[in-house]
Amino acid sequence: MLNVTNLHAYYGKSHVLQGVSFAIGEGEIVSLLGRNGVGRSTTIKAIMGLVEHRGSVQFRGQEISGLLTHEIARKGLGYVPENRDIFPTLTARQNLLLGEKSVGKGGRWSVDDLYTLFPNLRERADVPGGVLSGGEQQMLTICRTLMGDPDLIMIDEPTEGLAPMLVEQVSKLLEAIARRGVSILLVEQKLTIALKISKSVLVMGHGQLVFQGTPDQLLANEQIRQEWLEV
Amino acid sequence: MAGCVGLSAALCQEGVSVVQVLLFSLFNGLLYGMLLFMLSSGLTLIFSMMGVLNFAHASFFMLGAYFAYEISRLIGFWPALFFAPLGAAVIGAVIERYGLRTVHKFGHVAELLFTFGLAFVIEELVQMIWGKTNKPYLIPSSMDFTLFTWQGLDYSAYRVFMLLTSVGIFVALYWLLTRTRVGLIIQAALSHPQMVGALGHNVPRIFMYTFGFGCGLAAIGGVLGGNVLGTEPAMAIQLGPIVFVVIVIGGLGSLGGALIASIFIGILTNAAVSYDVPFGPFFALFGVSSATDIGNDLVRMTSGSVSSVLPYLIMVLMLILRPRGLFGNRDV
Repeated sequence: MLNVTNLHAYYGKSHVLQGVSFAIGEGEIVSLLGRNGVGRSTTIKAIMGLVEHRGSVQFRGQEISGLLTHEIARKGLGYVPENRDIFPTLTARQNLLLGEKSVGKGGRWSVDDLYTLFPNLRERADVPGGVLSGGEQQMLTICRTLMGDPDLIMIDEPTEGLAPMLVEQVSKLLEAIARRGVSILLVEQKLTIALKISKSVLVMGHGQLVFQGTPDQLLANEQIRQEWLEV
Repeated sequence: MAGCVGLSAALCQEGVSVVQVLLFSLFNGLLYGMLLFMLSSGLTLIFSMMGVLNFAHASFFMLGAYFAYEISRLIGFWPALFFAPLGAAVIGAVIERYGLRTVHKFGHVAELLFTFGLAFVIEELVQMIWGKTNKPYLIPSSMDFTLFTWQGLDYSAYRVFMLLTSVGIFVALYWLLTRTRVGLIIQAALSHPQMVGALGHNVPRIFMYTFGFGCGLAAIGGVLGGNVLGTEPAMAIQLGPIVFVVIVIGGLGSLGGALIASIFIGILTNAAVSYDVPFGPFFALFGVSSATDIGNDLVRMTSGSVSSVLPYLIMVLMLILRPRGLFGNRDV
């Protein structure tokens, strides 16, 4: 479904991604792991056309590298940023509705579906996004992207700063998303959630992938974990 | 003379009371303020969404007036009220699409210089086409009469129409931005343009429409105000700087702030001229006398003589004390 080949990205003169290649299949959950600053967020930003890059990014066999961000989103890629980027003056419901690419087109998700998954959002529907709690904002930002009915959703650190109970809720949401046939590229630091729900994991270090395999293979590879993941 | 305390000598001699001047200042201030709002609302949207400090914004106010002058000569004022802003909006959108968007990659300084140059180009073009003198763009005869008289003062039908139209535009703009999907996308793009793009909305197109729409709003101001303030090539330069004052005081990206700041400046400058408060007693408190040239100038100073500087003084104070303005959510 998504094929990334020899992806390089730059912030000014800084060469952040140095030849990253991987693939994601239909309905798969793939986790991109690594310490802070190794280029995980930059990878998904490059795929979304948000940072300067070169290399090939193919989605459903079509080259999307070089397209504008909104064109990439309309091909079926969804992006949930680490800082959530909630529209603070708009209500939770308005935030959700802006996730729809076109009105009344219908997709896998309706507002009611998402309210069923997160009853809190229904209760807080008329509250400005800026005053929601961190957990509510996280749910809202994921749901907002789902409203656009992506075939592949890239989620950056969804459990960052959340209480353990909410982490579990996010984990269940990710599995629910995958059950509806949506592929997921998950950028995470928490090994437990990534290993539990992913079909395969990628480990990144210094702008390159240093490991690609299954969660079991990563668990068995203590050297990789110690060198690239453990603090 | 006792009933004229605080009034300019000319008004006092005409037997106008303080209350009459207050009402007239409020009306004229509100009118001028709403005219400023039509310019500043578009500018604040463009500024906060695109980061573009559009120096040429008031040029579209001028184009609106000149277009209205030509159209009203051919087919009348009412079609001009529609077609002149439409023409200015299309020109604005084309300039954004083929000028600003290209310059954008070189940064905000390049954009600023682009709009700075554009203001002069438009002024020069206006002078080439219409000449350097005032054009006889007149108030439509159907509204050239006194609508009512209140407290002994006449209120012209056209000025009341200007005020009502301005208020109507504010209500329509508020409804558009808060009740429609397009408005919500614009609001979201004001603070998070990248995220709006990542959700599949065409942000460059939103920028183009917003820029064109803002220019169209300024042009409506020109259509309505050109026949009252005068239609001449200097009208953009005269009004341009004050519009920046409005958005700094109101706060970037805040339409409510732009409205309040516009009305505040409108009433303040009108009242300063009407009441013409002498500053002599104030300076006397600090021992300033008319014995020296400078002292003489200070003692003779009145609020009317500094009315045009007052908004800039308030802007400077606002930048020092509250850089985000009254209702802005980020610093200028």
